[in-house]
Amino acid sequence: MRHEIRFAGFGGQGIVSAGRITGGAAVLHDGTHAVLTQNYGPEARGGACAAEVIVSDQPVDYPHITQPDALVIMSQEAYDKFSSRIQEGGLLLVDEDLVEYGERSDVKVVAVPSTRIAESLGRKIVANVVMLGALAAAWPAVSREAMLNAVLGSVPPHTKDLNQRAFEAGYDHVSKEAMHGAT
Amino acid sequence: MPARSVLSGVHFMNGDEAIAEGALAAGCTFFAAYPITPQSEIAERLAFRLPRTGGVFIQMEDELAAMAAVVGAAWGGTKAMTATSGPGFSLMMENLGLAIMTETPCVVANVQRGGPSTGLPTAVGQGDMMQARWGSHGHYELISLCPSSPQEAFDLTVRAFALSERFRVPVLIMTDEVVGHMYERVEIPEEISEAPRRRPTGPVEGFLPYKPDEDLVPPMACAGEGYRIHVTGLTHDERGYPDMSAEAHDRLVRRLCDKITRAPEAYTWTEELFMDDAEVAVISYGISARVALGAVELARKRGIKAGLLRLITAWPFPDDVVRGVAERVQGMVTVELNMGQMSREVDRVVKGRVPLAGVYHPGGRIHRPDEVLRGIEEVMACR
Repeated sequence: MRHEIRFAGFGGQGIVSAGRITGGAAVLHDGTHAVLTQNYGPEARGGACAAEVIVSDQPVDYPHITQPDALVIMSQEAYDKFSSRIQEGGLLLVDEDLVEYGERSDVKVVAVPSTRIAESLGRKIVANVVMLGALAAAWPAVSREAMLNAVLGSVPPHTKDLNQRAFEAGYDHVSKEAMHGAT
Repeated sequence: MPARSVLSGVHFMNGDEAIAEGALAAGCTFFAAYPITPQSEIAERLAFRLPRTGGVFIQMEDELAAMAAVVGAAWGGTKAMTATSGPGFSLMMENLGLAIMTETPCVVANVQRGGPSTGLPTAVGQGDMMQARWGSHGHYELISLCPSSPQEAFDLTVRAFALSERFRVPVLIMTDEVVGHMYERVEIPEEISEAPRRRPTGPVEGFLPYKPDEDLVPPMACAGEGYRIHVTGLTHDERGYPDMSAEAHDRLVRRLCDKITRAPEAYTWTEELFMDDAEVAVISYGISARVALGAVELARKRGIKAGLLRLITAWPFPDDVVRGVAERVQGMVTVELNMGQMSREVDRVVKGRVPLAGVYHPGGRIHRPDEVLRGIEEVMACR
C-alpha cells in the first residue's frame, strides 16, 4: 500500500498544516509510515505553497511524491500548476469557490466549498480542516478516526470544538454527495 | 542542575525539531543562535522548550556572537549548542577554531541550503561539507555527522553531545534543508544515558588544565569550581599559558589531532545496503543517500548489482571503510548536492583502484533516482 498526496494553495491557508495532520494521522494513529516534505518561498504569507505526503506500509526512501493519487487544491494558481500531475483515476479535491476547473474525465473531482463552510462556522481559518474532513471521506489512505484524532491533537485546545465541527462538515459534504450520486 | 526534559514517545516531527529534542534529551541547557532558514525551527523549538526546563535560550545579534556564547557557556559548565545554515556557518568559523583550540565540548548543527552566499534560503544543498572540515584556519580534527532522517537527526544529536564531551571537541551535525523540514516518525526512548563531563579529581593546587589523560584528552575544570583555568586561542602549554615555540605548537596541534584520529571506532558509523554481492557501490550521505537507495533498487531491477554505502560520519572521513568497499567492487559512484566534495575523499582513499563517477548538482532540489541510475550505468560501462 502506497499513497501519495499533494496539498497546494497559498501561504496562510494551512496547507502545510493539513499535510502535517495527514502524515501525523498515518504515523501516530493508523501506525503506518508517512513522510511530509514541503515547498514554499521566502514570503511569510501569500506565496505559492505546497506540501507533499507519502503514506506507505513500507519505510519510504525517496521522500518526494512522483505520481500522486490525490490532490487537494485551494488556489487557482495551484490548480493551474499541479492539476495535470495526478494519476489517472485519482482524487482531485478542490475548493470550488476558489478554483475554476474544467470537465475532467481522467480523475474523480470532488468539489467542496471549504472556505465558505469555514466562514459559516465563524472562522475562515478552518477551511483546511474542512478539506481534511472531505479528504477522510474520499481517500482511503488515512482512516476517519485517525484524521480526526490528528486534527484534534494539533490544534489549540480552545479551538477543538470548532475544528471538530469543521472536520464533520467537510466529511458530511462528501458523504452526502456520494450518497446523492448513488441514487 | 535542572532536570532533563525528554519527550519520550512516538512523534511526527521534522528533522529540525528532532535535533532540538535530541539536544534536550542529551542534557543541553544552553542554546545561543541567530535565526536563519532552514534552521529556524531548531531555534524556535528551543526558544519555547529551554526556558520551561530550566535552560537558557539566547537569540544573539549574529552568528559570530552565537558561537562565542556557546564556547563561554561550555566553560561555565553547561552542555551548549548552536545551529545555523551556510551564511551563519561562515560567520562561526573563527570561534569554531577557538572551540577546537581551547578543547571546548559543544555541538553545532548546520542545516545546509544552496550556496555560495545567500544562495537559496529555502532550498536544499550539501555544499558546506569541506567547509565543515577545513573552514576555520589552521590544521585540526573535528567530528561531523550526517543524518538522513528526522529519527537519525535525533539519535545523532544525542551522540554528538556524548562525543563532544569524550573528546572535548566541537561536533557538527551536517544536515540539510530536506531532512530539516521533512516530517517523519520519530521515536524518543524512555531512557537516554547522559554523557558526563570528565572532571578533574586531583587537588586544586598544581592543577594543569591541559594535561591530558592517557587518551590525550584532558579533564575539564569549569569556571567557578575552584581549579585555576586559563582559556586562550594562543598556542599554550599544559598550564594554559601562551608558548610561542615551534615545539609547544607541534605538541599541542599534534595532540589535538591525535586525540580524535586515534579512536575512530568511537565515532565512525556507516550503513551498507545491498552490498553483499554488489559490483558497484553508491556512496552518499544525508538526504542524497535516500535518493541513492532508490537508485540502487532501480539498478537491481535492471540486473545491475548495485549497493549503497551511506556515510553517517563524514569527518574524520571513514578511510578504512571506503578502502574496504573499493576492494570488493568494480566501480563507485558518489552522490552529493555540491559539485564534488566528499568525492575528493573517495578519490584520495581509492587511489585509482576502481573507476569512479560522481553524480553532482549544486542544490535547489534533491536528485531524482534516475539521475543517480545514469551514474551507476556510466561506471558499469567503464569497468
